[in-house]
Amino acid sequence: MPNLAFDIAHLLAGGMVVISLLLLYQDRLYALLNVYALHALLLALAVGWQAYTQHAEHLYVTAAIALLFKAMIVPATLHRIIQRLGIHRTIEQVLGVGLNMLIGVLLVALAILVMLPVTAAAEALLREDLAFALAVVLLGLLIMTTRRNAVSQVVGFMSLENGLILAAAGARGMPLVVEISVAFSVLIALIVIGIFLFRIRERFDSVDMQVLDRFRGDRRQ
Amino acid sequence: MTSTGGMAVTALLVIPVGAALLLALLPAYRLSAGLNVGVSLLTLLIAVSLFKARPAPNLYLLVDDFNVYLIVLNNFVSFTTSVFSASYIAQEVATGRLTPAYLRFYHAMYQVLLFAMNLALLANNIGLLWVAIELATLVTVLMVGIYRTHEALEAAWKYFVLGSVGIALALFGTILVYLAAQPVVGEGLPAMAWSRLLVHAHAFDPALLNLAFVFLLLGYGTKVGLVPLHAWLPDAHAEGPTPISAVLSGLLLNVALYAVLRFKMLMSANAAALAPGPLMVTLGLVSLLFAALMLYRRGDSKRLFAYSSIEHMGIITFAFGMGGLLANFAGLLHMTLHSLTKSAIFFTVGQISQVKGTQRIAQIRGLTETHPMLGWSLVLGVVAIAGMPPLGIFMSEFLVVSSTFAREPLLALPLVAGLLLAFGALLLRLNGLVFGEPQGSMEPARASYLPIFMHLALVLLAGIWLPAPLVAWFMHVARLLG
Repeated sequence: MPNLAFDIAHLLAGGMVVISLLLLYQDRLYALLNVYALHALLLALAVGWQAYTQHAEHLYVTAAIALLFKAMIVPATLHRIIQRLGIHRTIEQVLGVGLNMLIGVLLVALAILVMLPVTAAAEALLREDLAFALAVVLLGLLIMTTRRNAVSQVVGFMSLENGLILAAAGARGMPLVVEISVAFSVLIALIVIGIFLFRIRERFDSVDMQVLDRFRGDRRQ
Repeated sequence: MTSTGGMAVTALLVIPVGAALLLALLPAYRLSAGLNVGVSLLTLLIAVSLFKARPAPNLYLLVDDFNVYLIVLNNFVSFTTSVFSASYIAQEVATGRLTPAYLRFYHAMYQVLLFAMNLALLANNIGLLWVAIELATLVTVLMVGIYRTHEALEAAWKYFVLGSVGIALALFGTILVYLAAQPVVGEGLPAMAWSRLLVHAHAFDPALLNLAFVFLLLGYGTKVGLVPLHAWLPDAHAEGPTPISAVLSGLLLNVALYAVLRFKMLMSANAAALAPGPLMVTLGLVSLLFAALMLYRRGDSKRLFAYSSIEHMGIITFAFGMGGLLANFAGLLHMTLHSLTKSAIFFTVGQISQVKGTQRIAQIRGLTETHPMLGWSLVLGVVAIAGMPPLGIFMSEFLVVSSTFAREPLLALPLVAGLLLAFGALLLRLNGLVFGEPQGSMEPARASYLPIFMHLALVLLAGIWLPAPLVAWFMHVARLLG
């Protein structure tokens, strides 16, 4: 059933792009986290499906990490952090919803225009997968640049990482070493973030990056 | 092709990790500072032994002519920095800026950073290289934020966000390189090994390789500090502890540049792929000119020298972008000398700011009168970094300029303009710092001058006389780089 395999992979990867677009305009932190959890869930499914069709058992590990760690533990932890900090209010977005979505759609178009001609020689599944992965990465970057709040920047970064894992899983036979280490790096990155959030709260009682942004370049006295 | 070489390589990775665990457990900071120095000296000696006995490359690790000198340089500067760090942190504890608990963390992280940089340089696998550079980034983020002041936290956060974006782009590029290699080399590990990639690069799909290089250049270029991806660099240098500024400027930027150069070799090996030169020349020139202009308005001494690092990274990227034997030679020489000079300057500036209790340039005057040793060391360091003869950097900059004049005279104009602008800015600031009416605290510096003198002596020596074997060997590597 080669066609079914392709269609399902296509559906899952495409679903991730759609959810990335959803992430763009979530203006409440809790909603943002829930959508992110869905994003990670789809990643787990997509990677699991790749593992099944490529007969690459080690990819199941990556899928499991995505499911347990990214879709459950991380959103739950961030949920608690938000609660403890008492910042479950509206996110101020730099751009409006309309403009944000427009840029998002343009980025998706860009990703497809860049990736498809370049990978003309590769198999169809890989081509689509890479184009979607690049779209997710670019949308993640967009989220990171348009948000002012530390938590939502972190969510943007994690959705970006999801795109990278999607690309790595699509690359046939990419060694296990790298995948595990990628997962570990994400883990480390989150510990770092945790420490940061904790410290930021300790010092300023705020995770709003605009508070931190007062200090730019040189201090003048 | 010996097992001693294999053992040396293993030791270079295992010793720092073991030391990090030990240092994390040791409560006495004096002891751990000593241990830190000892371990760094040991890894330096092992690194030097790689010149004699070199292991055969396997699919994970590789020692070749190109990386062996960077490994030695890396361990040398780590060693001298650990010596400086021992006296620096004693002072920080005395003034209460750091507590012993933080020092445990600091020393352990120092060794983890050493491990990550050694791993990045030794890696024969583009995935492993990526992991090592990510690890180095995370460790330095933690170190930059160690003072936990408002400014330090913001600097660390900015570094973290920009560094992660860079690292993410680099991973995407790495995946693309694997995809380009996979049909030719076959699935699995061999398609990620430098030694295999380079042999087969001519058969890779050029379109994929082009796209991959753009991602890799932007990704690792963020870590090199190339404009417009440099925003993290000045803050991270200014707000972290000074030994870390020295390691960041002297080593980590080089490690990231090393990654870019490896991928450039891959690109040059494929005739149909985009020439990487013009991209690197453009980024290098933009960095040089931007940083040279920014040097004029700096009020903070560590930030001033951080911008100077951006400037020099620009020059080096420009030189490698020009390519050819002479320019590559100049680039390699400049990489080495900048590393030595800039870390010496940070050692000096760190001690000055400890003595004076401030990093503000406006509040520091007349150093040559109050602290002649520090003042004159700074003069020598800045004169060296500004590119005055007879110090080494003059020679490498001269080579870059003359080889550019010979091949692309039009490109030489902005290059020379940037160099002169930076020269003027640095001497202007230096004048204010070291001469004039003494200002601020007069208490004597309690610091070790040994690392500063060692570095500056080497830079001076390189300007006057380069040993013939070293020249021959740099030439050989320059030829490899294409």
